[in-house]
Amino acid sequence: MTIQQPKIDTSPKVSDEIRQTTCYMCACRCGINVHMKDGKVAYIEGNRNHPVNKGVLCAKGSAGIMQVNAPSRLKAPMKRVGPRGSGEFEEISWDEALEIAAGWLEPIRKDSPEKLAFFTGRDQSQSFTSFFAQNFGTPNYAAHGGFCSVNMAAGGIYTMGGAFWEFGQPDWDHTKLFMLFGVAEDHDSNPIKIGLGKIKARGARVIGVNPIRSGYNAIADDWVGITPGTDGLFILSMIHVLLKAGKIDLDYLSRYTNAPVLINASEGPEKGLFLRDADDKPLVIDRVTGELTAFDKPGVRPDLSATYETDGVTHRPVFHDMVERYMSDEYAPEAVADRCGIPAQRIRAIAGELARVAFDEAFELDKEWTDFRGEKHTKMIGRPVSMHSMRGVSAHANGFQTCRALHVLQIILGTVEVPGGFRFKPPYPKPVEAHPAPHSKVTPDAPLDGPHLGFVRGPENLALKEDGSPARIDKAFTWENPMSSHGLMHMVISNAHAGDPYKIDTLFMYMANMSWNSSMNTKGVMEMLTDKDESGEYVIPRIIYSDAYSSEMVAYSDLILPDTTYLERHDCISLLDRPICEADAAADAIRWPVIEPDRDVRGFQTALVQLANKMKLPGFTHEDGSAKWQDYADYIVNHERKPGIGPLAGFRGENGDKEGRGEVNPEQLDRYIENGGFYVAHIPDGADYYKPWNTSYQNWAVDMGIYDSPQPYLFQLYSEPMRKFQLAAEGHGDRQPPEHLRERIKEKLDPMPIWYETDQQGNEGFTVNALTQRPMAMYHSWGTQNAWLRQLHGRNPLYVPTKLMREHGLQDGDWAKVTSPHGEITVPVMEMAALNDNTVWTWNAIGKRKGAWALEEDAPEATKGFLLNHLIHELLPAKGDGMRWANSDPVTGQAAWFDLKVKIEKAGAPEDLAESQPVFEPIKSPVGTGPKNLAWKVGK
Amino acid sequence: MTQLPQSTDRKMGLVIDLDTCVGCHACVISCKGWNTENYGAPLSDQDAYGSDPSGTFLNRVHSFEVQPEQGHAQLVHFPKSCLHCEDAPCVTVCPTGASYKRVEDGIVLVNESDCIGCGLCAWSCPYGARELDVTEGVMKKCTLCVDRIYNENLEEVDRVPSCVRTCPAGARHFGDLGDPNSEVSKLVDERGGMDLMPEMGTKPVNKYLPPRPKDTIEEQIDILAPLLAPVAEEPQGFMGWLDKALDKLPGGNA
Amino acid sequence: MHPAPSVIVFTTLSGLGFGLLLFLGLGYPDVTGWVAFVFFAIAYALAVGGLMASTFHLGHPERAMKAFTQWRSSWLSREGWCAVIALLVMAPYGAGLVFLDTSYTALGLIGALFSLLTVFTTSMIYTQLKTIPRWNMKLTPAMFLSFSIAGGALLAGQVDAAMILLAIAALVQLAYWKQGDSAFANSGTDMGTATGLGSRGKVRAFEPPHTGTNYLLREFVHVVGRKHAAKLRVISFTLAFVLPILILLLSPHHFGALIAVLSHLAGIATSRWLFFAQAEHVVGLYYGKR
Repeated sequence: MTIQQPKIDTSPKVSDEIRQTTCYMCACRCGINVHMKDGKVAYIEGNRNHPVNKGVLCAKGSAGIMQVNAPSRLKAPMKRVGPRGSGEFEEISWDEALEIAAGWLEPIRKDSPEKLAFFTGRDQSQSFTSFFAQNFGTPNYAAHGGFCSVNMAAGGIYTMGGAFWEFGQPDWDHTKLFMLFGVAEDHDSNPIKIGLGKIKARGARVIGVNPIRSGYNAIADDWVGITPGTDGLFILSMIHVLLKAGKIDLDYLSRYTNAPVLINASEGPEKGLFLRDADDKPLVIDRVTGELTAFDKPGVRPDLSATYETDGVTHRPVFHDMVERYMSDEYAPEAVADRCGIPAQRIRAIAGELARVAFDEAFELDKEWTDFRGEKHTKMIGRPVSMHSMRGVSAHANGFQTCRALHVLQIILGTVEVPGGFRFKPPYPKPVEAHPAPHSKVTPDAPLDGPHLGFVRGPENLALKEDGSPARIDKAFTWENPMSSHGLMHMVISNAHAGDPYKIDTLFMYMANMSWNSSMNTKGVMEMLTDKDESGEYVIPRIIYSDAYSSEMVAYSDLILPDTTYLERHDCISLLDRPICEADAAADAIRWPVIEPDRDVRGFQTALVQLANKMKLPGFTHEDGSAKWQDYADYIVNHERKPGIGPLAGFRGENGDKEGRGEVNPEQLDRYIENGGFYVAHIPDGADYYKPWNTSYQNWAVDMGIYDSPQPYLFQLYSEPMRKFQLAAEGHGDRQPPEHLRERIKEKLDPMPIWYETDQQGNEGFTVNALTQRPMAMYHSWGTQNAWLRQLHGRNPLYVPTKLMREHGLQDGDWAKVTSPHGEITVPVMEMAALNDNTVWTWNAIGKRKGAWALEEDAPEATKGFLLNHLIHELLPAKGDGMRWANSDPVTGQAAWFDLKVKIEKAGAPEDLAESQPVFEPIKSPVGTGPKNLAWKVGK
Repeated sequence: MTQLPQSTDRKMGLVIDLDTCVGCHACVISCKGWNTENYGAPLSDQDAYGSDPSGTFLNRVHSFEVQPEQGHAQLVHFPKSCLHCEDAPCVTVCPTGASYKRVEDGIVLVNESDCIGCGLCAWSCPYGARELDVTEGVMKKCTLCVDRIYNENLEEVDRVPSCVRTCPAGARHFGDLGDPNSEVSKLVDERGGMDLMPEMGTKPVNKYLPPRPKDTIEEQIDILAPLLAPVAEEPQGFMGWLDKALDKLPGGNA
Repeated sequence: MHPAPSVIVFTTLSGLGFGLLLFLGLGYPDVTGWVAFVFFAIAYALAVGGLMASTFHLGHPERAMKAFTQWRSSWLSREGWCAVIALLVMAPYGAGLVFLDTSYTALGLIGALFSLLTVFTTSMIYTQLKTIPRWNMKLTPAMFLSFSIAGGALLAGQVDAAMILLAIAALVQLAYWKQGDSAFANSGTDMGTATGLGSRGKVRAFEPPHTGTNYLLREFVHVVGRKHAAKLRVISFTLAFVLPILILLLSPHHFGALIAVLSHLAGIATSRWLFFAQAEHVVGLYYGKR
């Protein structure tokens, strides 16, 4: 019988047009092809030519279509009419909204600009929003890094001029051993997956260090289910083993790090600082001449072992101190095994494998390059070990030192900026010296004295007022957390509520869900936002908030400036900010309105330009008060930070043929759109490794406008700025820490990586570690409960290890009461065997407040979903010393939400429990609820 | 024609690498997007913003825990869609001929205009590859993106199923499993590609590459231990070693 | 499997209807005129009513005619043909008996054969499914056929035959339950073969692909408590077989027969509910459920 099968059209038209822009479902910033049919979004896929995602796209990206049609989109500016927290609003015009905002802000600016606290959450326009804040004159500006990963970022910058994720990436094409620390389904989502795929295709080894074996750790060849918060100890133990065995790259250490730099051993205010010459250059002993020499003198071969005697004092190089410290038995695998929950044998085996791959599988690339001392090299030596780490290591109160330790481990193996190792992405490498220091000097009716955020070099850069009190509302850059480079967004509301260090007038926030999943102590934050003083006024008098969606925070705001969705806006992902570069190229990108909003909304940055123009802020207006820019697109094209350098590096100059530096090109955005929404400037061959020391890279970076002059530097195994804080704590210098912090600074700001147990005071009886991860399909996503994605993760159980399930008589579907020193929740549990025996965890930010996000009130996100945030406080339990200590890293102020300890017990019978506890009153949805059914086909 | 073809010219299918899949669900949503907009009826969602959201998906990612006799439990992410079986029971049970297996490439398809929505094909499928769309009342299943893989409106490089194109980790491979020299066939040979439920006799075209052995690093300690022999027990001794080691470096004194 | 009312009503009623048609076709009871009309009306009502009910679970009942095309391979298509042939052949045969007082014996035999084939093909729709080990047994057609024949005999008023046939059906039912209870375990399919990971260790379903439900779970995963099922089996067995046989033994007149028929109908419907509700589809393994 002949089979007759239907004839089908295998070549249907795919779309009328493809519009290429940049995704904004998370912080990855992938390129997307938006397929249009009849002017509507029909389908979204990855852009194959894009440097970040090379065509692939994650679940969030593909679900963007449900983000753009989401029923939770805000429709118009709104003014609160009910009490705060009720969700009762009245829609108003943009004119009225901007009038109200300017009416609140202008008097503040004239009088005391610090009374505006302007904090942005998942903002991808920080160079612009900070420009606004700086011109307004308030010192109170930051984004969300302080509770995200500042430890990782700052630890990286202070150690080697860059960290992971946005700062750099493994050399995926050459690496043979990839080690992940504390990475859950978080940062650098698609590039990591692409990289893991490359490694797996080669059959190379992946080692995952994480209490939870999910996601990337599930495909790790070896899983180290470490005790949370002990990564630093594990790393220092591996450093111990490697040092003892001499499996370290001595050549690399002597040439490219401060291991040979001599430390001043003379008693006094210089003790522990580097010996320097008259030009302030750190000194080393040249192994060729035996002379004391500036580290960067042409031809010098720094000696790791030689000491320098003067005035009867022996000054030793950094390396001596390192050897002395890390060779100590306290770091022997046997000494740390129990605390880390890793058998000593396993620690040795992993250290051995690192050594084997780094040295026995070393390879060479035939590429010539010249280092900053003028020495020519004919080859590049590959050490194919690479590492990546993110929030899991970062969000502990010992995270900064742990991040430093991790970088030191990479450096002693000689695997940073070499083939097969870890590589920076422009504008990194960038040492502390190339970053600004923080600025906080307020002058009424004038701009701030400089950029808000930066990297302190010592006590002189702290943001303190004349009287020594904190200049910033979040107390960033104070003795409590001197190196808080990203600010402390998580402390803003509680400090503002307490009036400590001072009261504010207006809290202005963007994309930050502070009354829900973006805060620790969620319930407390809601109370602070709604608390009134004796006169019946809100303690935080005014709150302006901008968001595209009906998030939980909307209800707690007085004035809402509705943002657009990501397909309806202009944006620039700028080299001045957090660009999309790859290790081989500098790159930036734009977003542009591939569709026009069908609601009365404006891109937040455009609204901010308009507000600035209305207030005639300097920077935004000419001398005659006329506006420089009409909207954000105008700013992107025409703003110049320095002559010839603007937000976008590509297609500059009158003809659009200049990159990096060049005159304003009015056609720039069109050129970006023609080019797929991004611009790539490739690093020349031979400049692509050894970037911090490679003359041709340094010159290229200057041409690109990344540096003003070449900035070669040494990796800082020993951190001099930290030593300066220690010196202050030891009594040297004018700026002195308060007495209660003196000991802590001496101890925790050690210039060489240490590990310490985080503060366990008040944790008696709470013995189980509790963690959160974002699911990959929702990682870092900002927006609605997407109709497709919420089917994947519509509720979140508490995952409990088999051992604890048995101990507490729990079964899947049972409910457990989970308590911490701060709070209590009752939640459904699910067993997980591939989990550290003493750790429970859940997916973060699935739980939603009833009435938010246009979901129905009985949505599983609101009934079964829950937040662990209720158990975490921004302060540690009281110690009885009359003070409340912040639950954060003493170096950077990073929120230590992974230090959470809990106890669990079985709650009543499942049939008695219908909803996760605590339950909050529903908020009134300003946008109603979504449609019942969907069948979203825009074509015929 | 619910009879199966005697043989198909090619056996197009997927090879899914369980050693590489990180369980990100990218394939799930990309599939949902493409197949909502393209071939046949859109994949609908019920109670989309309510208490019991549920929709049609042609590809879903499961996860399983495997507890070996010794060692840590392992987690395996497990994407699953139609396996385009050679001996597809879903085709032969179909009373209307709506379900068929294409002669030219072996793709199992539903001709939606002939589908009465009886559900029997879904009953006959051991893999849960077919879902009846509630809004449209017809059976939906993976088409292997038959409207992409030959689509002349797409660049050649894009003529692969949307799940393959989007997979960030590259855990999904597409090709002709009937050709022993194809890349996918070679992968299956090299990595011991396997069938799901072979006892069902469905002869799936799609293959799964099993996870590589896990947690073996300590077994290599005999090889690694010599690498870790201490050069000195004490820092002072270490400095002696260091001096000698530095001399051996290029540009050193030795 | 989800015990959908439409398929329970369909298989229960049409089984009885075609059982009755079988006996009518064979000439039992040997009736004509109005009495024949009543018998045929009942048989057609049950058979056609059942078939109609079966269309309720279709996504597109208006396309039902397309189901006749695939008789070469599809048991569902074959069932359609057999049912239509049986009903079409029995129509002139019945008309002969009702209106002409004439028995077209050949037509009756053909009709009887196709009535039986209809029940057989129905049963094969389920039996063919390897995915549901509890159905994929020779006892499945034996059960459908024995129920249909016994019920037909009961409806046809063939008291002696009915008692014997009910007893046989009862034994088949017991055998079906016994074999069915171990069918899944004996099928060789488990989470290990479903995932291909069985050789590496013990496989356990962790997170489901979606936190919500879906078509597969609604259609294929139905969990009946063991105690609940045992209770229903006793009820079903008593109503379907024990009670009718006792009534026929003790009070074989019209009213008793009516009670016996209703009891049997309720018992078979319960058995059929269990047939679906207890059937475990292998796809449940992927969800850690059966």
